[in-house]
Amino acid sequence: MLEIRGLSAAIEDKPILQGIDLTVPQGEVHAIMGPNGSGKSTLAYVLSGRDDYAVTAGSVTFDGRDLLAMAPEERAAAGLFLAFQYPVELPGVGNANFLRTALNALRRSRGDSELDAVQFLRLARAETKRLAMPEDMLRRNVNVGFSGGEKKRNEVLQMAILRPRLAILDETDSGLDIDALRIVADGVNALRGPDFSALVITHYQRLLEYIVPDRVHVLAGGRIVRSGGPELAHELEAKGYAGMLTEAA
Amino acid sequence: MTAALQRGVAGFLARYEGLRDRLPGDPRPRAEAADAFRRAGLPGATSGRREEAWKYTSLRPVADATFQQPVAHPAGDSRLLARLPPLEAPRIVFVDGEFRPELSALPASLDFARFADRAEYGRLARADSEPLVALNTMLAEDGALLSVPDGVDAGLLLLVSVATDRAACHPRHLIHLARGARLSLLELSFGDGSYLHNPVLEVVVGDDAALTHVRLQNEAPTAFHLSTVYAEIGERGEYDSFGLNLGGRIVRTEAHVRLAGIKGIAHLNGAQLLGGTQHADFTTVVKHDAPSCTSRQTVKNVLAGRSQGVFQGRIEVARVAQKTDGYQMNQALLLSPDAEVDTKPELEIFADDVKCSHGATVGELDADQLFYLRSRGIPDDEARSMLVRAFLADALDAVTDQAVRGVLEHAVEGWWERQAA
Repeated sequence: MLEIRGLSAAIEDKPILQGIDLTVPQGEVHAIMGPNGSGKSTLAYVLSGRDDYAVTAGSVTFDGRDLLAMAPEERAAAGLFLAFQYPVELPGVGNANFLRTALNALRRSRGDSELDAVQFLRLARAETKRLAMPEDMLRRNVNVGFSGGEKKRNEVLQMAILRPRLAILDETDSGLDIDALRIVADGVNALRGPDFSALVITHYQRLLEYIVPDRVHVLAGGRIVRSGGPELAHELEAKGYAGMLTEAA
Repeated sequence: MTAALQRGVAGFLARYEGLRDRLPGDPRPRAEAADAFRRAGLPGATSGRREEAWKYTSLRPVADATFQQPVAHPAGDSRLLARLPPLEAPRIVFVDGEFRPELSALPASLDFARFADRAEYGRLARADSEPLVALNTMLAEDGALLSVPDGVDAGLLLLVSVATDRAACHPRHLIHLARGARLSLLELSFGDGSYLHNPVLEVVVGDDAALTHVRLQNEAPTAFHLSTVYAEIGERGEYDSFGLNLGGRIVRTEAHVRLAGIKGIAHLNGAQLLGGTQHADFTTVVKHDAPSCTSRQTVKNVLAGRSQGVFQGRIEVARVAQKTDGYQMNQALLLSPDAEVDTKPELEIFADDVKCSHGATVGELDADQLFYLRSRGIPDDEARSMLVRAFLADALDAVTDQAVRGVLEHAVEGWWERQAA
């Protein structure tokens, strides 16, 4: 489903990604782990189409389509979703209005009919409840005045409503206490199935206790240096990045 | 003087000479205004002469335009009514500056008279210092004299001014709220073609009275809109105004508000949405002349194309006006690299126990916010429009009447559709 070949990217002429090769087959959840500065967030941004990164080499295909040639909204329409590490605040934009606009834009692009306010609220309220979020979260402005945990849960709520085919979770676990972590993980696990894939980016192994990945990749210095099964996360936890990177070198 | 100035000013003076024996009311203030206008001319139209109050706005295009006596309109042109917002409220309608009873629905709970029948000038607007007041005073033929009696809540009233091609209208309105009276006034100006709207409003808000004054300026793209408001607020009185500037080629809305009694409140909020080569100037002067008064101003500019937005805000705090609370904020969102905003805040404070602040921000759409919306599948143009609306939202929140705010929101939608086209 997602095929990354020799991907290199730079920001302001500073190379960050230096030849990433990664395949995420349909229905699988892969984790990317790596130390700070290894390029994890850059990879997430490049895949979702942020234009301040320049792709200097390589290719990315999504269901056989050239992902890098698509605008961010086209990538979303194709089924890509990025849960932001730092969700953006949108003062003056109501959360429900934002979600409905996004959902209807996606439905339009797929040739589905748009949901009216009543239909949408029914759906949104159900998902809000499932994620144990207060219902007033829908009435508030997007992420404005939300705690760190609420912002992350709002990302998962968006994901639950927009139903992507490939979700990229960029350190969604950072700043979450154990209860929130479990709720977020449940939200992701509820989407798991043959039509859902995910790329879970995390610094810690902790999240992977709850979202058990099919494969784990270690990113360092802008490259995938090791790949393995879920046990690789435990190995990392035991040895630390430094220990593992010395071994890999 | 340049030929252009002579043509513009001479044209208005010639009209005055031609009409003077038929103009209503006392001829003396008109004659004095004509002298003042002859001396001052139209600001910016004389090369080499610069006035500080008109630093960013030149009326040379007005001086260069030609206006003519509009043709008489058939009575009962109800197509105009279709252009009014669907509000259940009385309305006073002027077409090319003339009151049109057959298009109006007069209010029951306040007194209304025509300026044409009872030409009263207030004591607030100064023809000797304001060239546009001079021009208006010289040529005013009609207007609304509104008076809300003691303690009466007159509800919502529409004051509508429509103009047609080549018309030059100088409506003169006088609004008086007696002690404890209340009125919500929605003023609408629009029209077709190249014309000039030059209204002057004098507003007296009595003790404990409250006037909500919402102005929707949605003139034709080739029109000129120059309006001047003078308001005086009594003890514990409240003047809550909001001006939305959407249309017009050259626009200046100028308001002078004097807080004359203890604990008065003045809100001079507004927004300007400009595109193309539009120029709009939002100028305010607030005089704190009594203790413990509050003034609030939040003015937002959304500027596309090669438009230019101007905000000039002056707060004057007299020595007696202790415990003054003044706040002023001007924010601009530039949607194009060729758009321009000019901001000139001025504070002049003679009292020592006051709280006055002002601020200004200029920015473009936030790239992080835009990317966030697009990453959720919202197309670029829709995402931009959402962010502009969000920028405007807290300005429009100042308009608390839901129906009136709905009218403004609808007008903003229309503006957005015109920009997208």
